[in-house]
Amino acid sequence: MAAYILRRLLYFIPTLLAIYTMAFMLMHAAPGSPFVQEKEMTPEVLEALKAEFYLDRPILEQYVLYGRDLLTLRGHCSIRYPNRNVIHDILAPALPVSLSLGICALGLAVVVGTAAGVISAARPRSAADYLCMAGAMVGISQPSFVIASLLMAVFALALRWLPVGGWGSPSQIVLPAAALAALPSAYIARLVRTGMLEVLSADFIRTARAKGLAERRVLLDHALRNAWLPVLGYLGPAAAAIFTGSFVVEKVFAIPGVGTHFVDSALHRDHPLILATVLLYASLLVVFNLAVDVGYAWLDPRIRYE
Amino acid sequence: MNEPARNQPQACPVTALRPAKSPLALAMRRFRRNRLAMVGLALLLIVVSASIAGVFWNQWAASRGLPEPYRTPLPGVHPQPPSFAHPFGTDTLGRDVLARTLIGGCVSLGAGLSAAVVSILIGTFWGIIAGYTGRGTDTVMMRIVDVLYGLPYILLVILLLVVIPSDPLQWNLGGWQVEVPSEWVRMVVLFMAIGGVSWLTMARVVRGQVLALKEAEFVLAARALGSGSARIILKEMLPNLMGTILVCATLTVPLAILQESFLSFLGLGVPPPLASWGTLASDAIEALNPVRTYWWLLAMPCTMLGATLLGLNFVGDGLRDAFDPRSR
Repeated sequence: MAAYILRRLLYFIPTLLAIYTMAFMLMHAAPGSPFVQEKEMTPEVLEALKAEFYLDRPILEQYVLYGRDLLTLRGHCSIRYPNRNVIHDILAPALPVSLSLGICALGLAVVVGTAAGVISAARPRSAADYLCMAGAMVGISQPSFVIASLLMAVFALALRWLPVGGWGSPSQIVLPAAALAALPSAYIARLVRTGMLEVLSADFIRTARAKGLAERRVLLDHALRNAWLPVLGYLGPAAAAIFTGSFVVEKVFAIPGVGTHFVDSALHRDHPLILATVLLYASLLVVFNLAVDVGYAWLDPRIRYE
Repeated sequence: MNEPARNQPQACPVTALRPAKSPLALAMRRFRRNRLAMVGLALLLIVVSASIAGVFWNQWAASRGLPEPYRTPLPGVHPQPPSFAHPFGTDTLGRDVLARTLIGGCVSLGAGLSAAVVSILIGTFWGIIAGYTGRGTDTVMMRIVDVLYGLPYILLVILLLVVIPSDPLQWNLGGWQVEVPSEWVRMVVLFMAIGGVSWLTMARVVRGQVLALKEAEFVLAARALGSGSARIILKEMLPNLMGTILVCATLTVPLAILQESFLSFLGLGVPPPLASWGTLASDAIEALNPVRTYWWLLAMPCTMLGATLLGLNFVGDGLRDAFDPRSR
């Protein structure tokens, strides 16, 4: 197992290098200059700016220099926000915000989705089943910005139970996390329901019931443990969906996370910021996928990694 | 296929006299018996035919010299709530919401459809080549897919939109001037960008299936009989991949439609006066305020969008169950 994890960690290096290269190439393929402003700049100022952002050097040198700045975590100042270092001043304060929002949303999706799936599967074709599955349908049928806006309209504007937006207090995390969790929890509920229904007809469940175990124990200990494996497989894509979804939800609720920088930096050709955000996002994703694979081995003893 | 819905065992002597049903026909029969999938199909048919009818409505209006309802503002004070003349109401600029929702349907469905086509063309090709050749080629090709997976698709789409210029196109085809306005070019670029990130899942799924098929006895038998690679892929593997490809393509469409709405919300969707369900919904949300609610602006496109996404998911699940009866 340790050898497997080590090998996967070594794989990170070429993967991240390739992602960095690709982002760099795409960035440079984009036409237009990042220095487009209302004010005309004197040639001297433009030269100085180009030198600052390595744009006066050959492209290969730019590639190496930006990579060095990121690798050593020294960072580089942003084009759009001069005097702000992309790593220390922009991403470092935004990352905990996005990360805690993402983790809350993922946790919420897992808990709500699993609960709804178990309730549905415990009594298939009952009113509770139909109610849970109808809820799941709403989750998969609307984009997250619509769900976010509706949640805001109902719980913040009409009922005034929760704040409209912003960041800082625990009550401000509820609505964005719910909006982000809607789609993944719907998928998880459907996965758990299907898995449970399949497992519940297995022989070992009949044995468990025959030896007189409480239904609760049968469902939660015996059935759910097996039915939950597909959910683990979905967690990787779910995390990706939550991260990308967070661009939109952060915008709706005015949350100072990574998402806004992501979209803005690409639109404004803010080269240092694009590279830093892409690498940050990609590293989070590969680490999370490794964690999912390790979780598989832990939950299912039949899986062995050589 | 009008026989009664009895389940006749395969080995029954009566059925043995009839020509054996192909796996495709059996799958289609299972699909037709799936009530939820048929509901989904009906929803889709309604939405698609309504959207196409919307285009004809515009064409008809334009050909009669009337203002095109999806982009010509009406006189008067707007937005107006739904009425008999405008069943979906009018928007803040005074355009008919029904016409815009139907045109938007064509754009959104087009985004989904083009993503499905791209994922079928590139994804299937990529997956078959990787799975069939194996070894180094497989490793390199699947690493590329992993890398693209690691790149956030929004960034990829944004950069593709920025890289590919959306200037109006003009061709001179033998004295016949063809002019494509820039908003249409931009729409096609958007479709290409969404399609360019949606073939990855297809490539993975197809590769996995090809790896399994490569070891199947009938493929070994075909090889023993001297079939070449092209013949094995086209004649032996592709028919067995059809179900997987169909299911994966169906489930790609709702994701692509959602991605298009994401991009619209970020201001990267189709440019006005074109509309999509995404741009309509995000415009409606901007018009949403606690003082006056223009609910019809949001309700109409979201209902259509929801019906489409549900229908596609139902059909996709139904197809999966139909092609893989074991999974039920």
